Amino acid sequence: MLSSTILVPAILNGLLIGAIYALVALGLTLIYGVLHIINFAHGALLSAALFAAFFAYRLLGLDPYLAVFLLAPAFFAIGYALQRFIIGPASHGDDRNMLLVTLGISVVIENVLLYAFRADTRTIDMPYAFRTIDVGVTFLAVPRVVGFIAAFAVTLALWFVMTFTDTGRAIRAVAKEKLGAQLAGIDVAHVYAVTFGLGTACVAIAACLLIPSYYVNPSVGDAFVLVAFTIVVLGGMGSVPGALIGALLIGVAESLSGLFLGESLGQIGIFLIFIFVLLVRPSGLFGART
Amino acid sequence: MKGLFPIISVLAGLAVVPLVAHSNVTLNFLVVALMIALAGQGWNILGGYGGQYSFGHAAFFGTGAYVTAILQMRYGVNAWIAFACGIAASAALGAFLGALTFRSGLRGSYFALVTLAFAEVLRIIASVAPITGAGVGTLLKLDLGVRTLQFQSRAVFYWIILALVGISLVATRLIERSRFGVWLIAVRENEDAAKALGVNANGVKMAAMLISAAMTATAGCFYAQYFLFVDSGIAYGTWISIQALLTPIIGGVGTVFGPLLGALVVKLLGECAKLLAGDAPGLDLIIYGGVLVLVIWFVPRGLIGGLLHLHSLILRRSGPAAPPMEEARHG
Repeated sequence: MLSSTILVPAILNGLLIGAIYALVALGLTLIYGVLHIINFAHGALLSAALFAAFFAYRLLGLDPYLAVFLLAPAFFAIGYALQRFIIGPASHGDDRNMLLVTLGISVVIENVLLYAFRADTRTIDMPYAFRTIDVGVTFLAVPRVVGFIAAFAVTLALWFVMTFTDTGRAIRAVAKEKLGAQLAGIDVAHVYAVTFGLGTACVAIAACLLIPSYYVNPSVGDAFVLVAFTIVVLGGMGSVPGALIGALLIGVAESLSGLFLGESLGQIGIFLIFIFVLLVRPSGLFGART
Repeated sequence: MKGLFPIISVLAGLAVVPLVAHSNVTLNFLVVALMIALAGQGWNILGGYGGQYSFGHAAFFGTGAYVTAILQMRYGVNAWIAFACGIAASAALGAFLGALTFRSGLRGSYFALVTLAFAEVLRIIASVAPITGAGVGTLLKLDLGVRTLQFQSRAVFYWIILALVGISLVATRLIERSRFGVWLIAVRENEDAAKALGVNANGVKMAAMLISAAMTATAGCFYAQYFLFVDSGIAYGTWISIQALLTPIIGGVGTVFGPLLGALVVKLLGECAKLLAGDAPGLDLIIYGGVLVLVIWFVPRGLIGGLLHLHSLILRRSGPAAPPMEEARHG
């Protein structure tokens, strides 16, 4: 009954969607790794980025794959400003306050979107949205394949920045030892803001890759963020390779549970994995920090 | 019982309101504000005194509301018993969630994350499960009477919720004064240090979680009786998780009157927004989110903390005129 003609495409599609999850999770884990807090505004920022990509196409006629070059820097700036001018000063250096402030920002963004655009679900029709590639065993949707390749390219670029540039070294230094980094002359507030900006830019890239084959409404980010939280916990908070592998695992798990259990229970399945991982191994598969 | 005097005077002051104000709009406003204050007091026990910030207190509010409504509608259970069952079910849920999180040592970000996800999953389940009425929700049959806990007069509902808030205030004061309260605050300030001094941190947090869940659930049970309708967006929605934590944070985290004061402010702000911009979806939450950020930014100890600070500033300013004893005490 379960021939490989059903199973293999499900796994391949799971891997493709997992790569997009990886981008969302990457931003989250980056911020956690440095600031040691969970950014609860991540989902709302993803919704905002999806809207931005949607309107870039509708109003400016900009193809989402080109809009990424506009939106990624724009969202980097937004993320930078949020951390530098709101989250940082508002939370007085207290972790619990920082959580509450990101939660407050998330509620504001999500409801501004709801207020401005109502709860309607919108989509854009790109000519390539339904094109497929024949890979022998099955056909794969073009937007998903593009997303997969782009997600890996971004991860690679991020890894490069973190490993070989001064900014990356500063970020790693602050993540390891904040006070020491400060003593060495690193502007910690700036590094925090850059990290937040990078995390937010990841979300904008994910949005541009998603929009051709997905939809947007004010709460669309929530679904992704629950998945992203699970991935980050599974991969180990703050671990970049963990986020990537966790994302691919979750993508496949979701695709398979959708196949066996039906669409609506897929989310519950992810949540059960989430609880299970938290209970059994809260530091995750590649736990950088317990 | 010196500490109870302010509570009794506030309750007495509030109790005469329906005798003076007959407008249904005013009473409705106060009933909802008191209900939010009760939910907020629940959050305050765990978050304010215990330092465990929950982002998903809707889980308890919603479970209380749904259990109360479903037991009456589907199983014909008496309203008073259903109300009590709603509280008990939520406390059980609190015990489950507490066992899950505290035993595996989840704190801070992780705890906030698990509670948020928990409420979200309950919302998803409630929006598809047949027993909750799925997307349609559960409607309670209108049947006035003491036995069914439904009243024509808003004043009666007002006194009921005021009494419940009164109980929560007294309970909070008693906790604050008890050994348990001191343990709880010790865990908030430094869990490891508290453990080193022999405090059973997990036990203390579990007890706080149970009390917290029960209080917030009481607000949910009351919601079901008052509005006679529950659906997944109301019961497990963001609005209640946000308001449950917003009210104590505005009023003063870890203070007895913080949630009550905060709830009145939050509801007033909501009403002002409606007057200014009309009743648009999302508007109230935009304000609540913004206020949350601004309060943490500028009045991190809440209104009560801010007032105390202002009071001490004024005393210091007028220091030279005050007797030396006073100056020494406040200086």
